[in-house]
Amino acid sequence: MIEPNTLGGLIGGALIGLAAVLLLALNGRIAGISGILGGLITSTGRGDRFWRCAFIFGLLAGAGLYALTSGLPLELQARGPTLLVAGLLVGFGTRLGSGCTSGHGVCGLARRSPRSLLATMVFMVAAALTVFLTHHIF
Amino acid sequence: MAQIAVAFAVGIIFALGLAVSEMINPARIIGFLDVAGRWDPTLLLVMAGALAVTVPIFPLILRRSKPILAAQFSLPTKTQVDPPLVIGAAIFGAGWGLAGFCPGPALAALASGSPSVILFVAAMLVGQWLAWRFETR
Repeated sequence: MIEPNTLGGLIGGALIGLAAVLLLALNGRIAGISGILGGLITSTGRGDRFWRCAFIFGLLAGAGLYALTSGLPLELQARGPTLLVAGLLVGFGTRLGSGCTSGHGVCGLARRSPRSLLATMVFMVAAALTVFLTHHIF
Repeated sequence: MAQIAVAFAVGIIFALGLAVSEMINPARIIGFLDVAGRWDPTLLLVMAGALAVTVPIFPLILRRSKPILAAQFSLPTKTQVDPPLVIGAAIFGAGWGLAGFCPGPALAALASGSPSVILFVAAMLVGQWLAWRFETR
């Protein structure tokens, strides 16, 4: 296994926090990735779609920029069918549960939302349980 | 127009955060979730770094009557804990544990051009669409 990335974790986390603060202060929006993406499916206005697309292009550009300088750290253990099932579950669950790690975890907790606190605890436990079952039992 | 530019810039900063912290790497996520294996606390440090910024600053922002560029804040309207929240979070957690990808890192990782990531993101979109149909049925 890999050593903890202490400094990178703290700095990267602060950057994510900064991104959330900027989006809320300037645009009045919550930086929840599943919500920003999901809004593309349900949104009606063109302006609304534009900023969502711009954000997602920004994500790609940021990751691309990093890839050019340092290469993207990307080790994917799951394969085809597992990825398919995992993607479906993540999409369905974040929509039904109104958010993901960023929306509930980073923004919701900062808004002191009881819904986000509960959701964060539930998805953390469910994910740890899933890893336990797939790595240590089966 | 300014709001579009802000969204793009914020997306870049967000992705850099995911890359620097290596949260874009599913192996890091699995390492954190694998509490019975050799536990990797990195995700906890990322949450701490992010919350150290958002927890003190969000209340200051929300004290204003409106954001700087938009007419009003667009915040979640639901305040009550309900079954969809808990069931949805559990389903999301199961998928997160299976692949080690949540929506942000998966979208950012599309920049790698990896077919596996494309497959995951496509399935994620289908999952979101299915849930939307399920909600509006």
